[in-house]
Amino acid sequence: MIYRETGQFKANYQDDQALFPIEQDRYVIFGILFLVFGVVPYLMNEYWLNAILLPFLIYSLAALGLNILTGYCGQLSLGTGAFMAVGAFSIYKLMVAVPDLGFIPLVVLSGLITAAVGTLFGLPSLRIKGFYLAVATLAAQFFLIWLFNKVGWFYNYSASGMINSPPMTVFGFTITGPEGNMTAKYYLVAAIVAVFALAAKNIARGRIGRNWMAIRDMDIAAELIGVRPLIAKLSAFAVSSFYVGMAGALYFAVWLGSAEATEAFDINQSFLVLFMIIIGGLGSVLGSFLGAAFLVILPIMLKNILVDGLGTDSALATHLEFIIVGVLIIGFLIVEPHGLARLWRIAKEKLRLWPFPY
Amino acid sequence: MTERNIGDVILKVDNISLSFGVMKVLDDISFDIRQGEIRSIIGPNGAGKSSMLNVINGFYHPQQGSITFKGATRRQMAPQVAASQGIARTFQNIALFKGMSTLDNIMTGRNLKMKTNLFWQALHIGPARTEELENREAAEKIIDFLDIQAIRKKPVGKLPYGLQKRVELGRALAAEPELLLLDEPMAGMNSEEKEDMCRFILDVNSEFGTTIALIEHDMGVVMDLSDRVLVLDYGKQLADDIPDKVRSNQDVIDAYLGVPHE
Repeated sequence: MIYRETGQFKANYQDDQALFPIEQDRYVIFGILFLVFGVVPYLMNEYWLNAILLPFLIYSLAALGLNILTGYCGQLSLGTGAFMAVGAFSIYKLMVAVPDLGFIPLVVLSGLITAAVGTLFGLPSLRIKGFYLAVATLAAQFFLIWLFNKVGWFYNYSASGMINSPPMTVFGFTITGPEGNMTAKYYLVAAIVAVFALAAKNIARGRIGRNWMAIRDMDIAAELIGVRPLIAKLSAFAVSSFYVGMAGALYFAVWLGSAEATEAFDINQSFLVLFMIIIGGLGSVLGSFLGAAFLVILPIMLKNILVDGLGTDSALATHLEFIIVGVLIIGFLIVEPHGLARLWRIAKEKLRLWPFPY
Repeated sequence: MTERNIGDVILKVDNISLSFGVMKVLDDISFDIRQGEIRSIIGPNGAGKSSMLNVINGFYHPQQGSITFKGATRRQMAPQVAASQGIARTFQNIALFKGMSTLDNIMTGRNLKMKTNLFWQALHIGPARTEELENREAAEKIIDFLDIQAIRKKPVGKLPYGLQKRVELGRALAAEPELLLLDEPMAGMNSEEKEDMCRFILDVNSEFGTTIALIEHDMGVVMDLSDRVLVLDYGKQLADDIPDKVRSNQDVIDAYLGVPHE
């Protein structure tokens, strides 16, 4: 009843092509933005911000990046962890070398560096597809992590091989390092994620996004329309790596504070982000967020419930957590193989007509 | 039928030979297509009809011969060159972008008309927005023309076969081609859908002045629609003439009905 678009007429194409053509959706999105920026930071304590919201937002950005490549352009990649590492090590080197540039430009810059690296490793996609491409990106994963471990220059020859983010400020608030202001961190990350999620949505619904999807759905026909596979695929790799690189930079500099290549950015990261977009929904901006929420928040909630609520032994709880999350993933994929975003869309379709079946 | 404006030769194919290994698919084929005409290519299965279209838009690279399109002679085409020069095509097995809506499929067809870069597109303001709206208007004209308004926002993967064929025609038309290649546009359709498709083909030809080359197995359709018919059999050129003459050509009859081997 509430979610009904009767009487909402569109008199021109601009209205019809609006990001949220339905009025209720606009209220919802403004409501969410208000919650995110106006309410949440005052309700949540440091633990919630640090343990749940920051990783959720950062993984959302990474998932968004991978979704551009895999969901929109159809190029399977298992190198997300390594590309996050490229972002992290770039911002580390930049923070040490040119701290005066300011933190936000450095994040963007490390995204750009990752974009260049990602494009390079995207070159095999011009020749190979699907699982074979996934194996080629796996090579990127292992090579890059090996490189960051092996070559001392990347971690400034620190004895432990770790990189530590030096303290930096944005608008006077300390963002990185142990003295970082948690609320400021949250605001910064949320703002970056919001801006780039909007940008991703805009790209996806424009010419470039359509070309990516054309390559994904039927590359031969796409070529015939004048889509150049070279440009479409490499631009997808570049934009995707840009997002993943920024996520890696924030992951290291804002959230972790210190990192070691093999531990923080190993193959499990790649799989985690890939699972996020599969569960959330391939080819959907919303799906990236839902998937990240599912895989970041659920384990923590389970742990809280099991350990604090039910008093389970923490080792047992970890195992139970694996089992429950695993079962839920399988369950969701059986119910809706196209991910949470599709469930959401179906719910919306149903709501539009409710209480009538059709 | 109204007076037809058939102009100069727009596409000329000279002595094309194509083989895959020892398989000779096309053997010394030469023909031309004139501006504004409807040209059919017929022949039994495996005659090399689709291969001929693939040569014209650059998927296959012939070993011999040349292709002259709009005055420029090339040894072979490349898909992008063909697209940018104004050759569009539909496929025998529908090759739509299944995950996208009808509208998006047609908008993708206008890819070459759109120019704005990633930066503007990410912001979706200024030139990117204007361009999107202009092309939307053009896409809507095609949607109106093909009478598919109701399925504008539907994902094409779920549409019935006949409509998918129509959307594919729409996607090809979106590029505003000068030469439209249709690979069995009526395969698998019932007679009503065939009639619709014939009407669209004739309308495209007369309203937009688009030159059309089509492959079709329905002889009734071919003989009614086409100005000239090229007949292929086992990669060889059997006949190339107006429909009436082709119909009475003994070689063609033999190829279709078979001749007893002595």
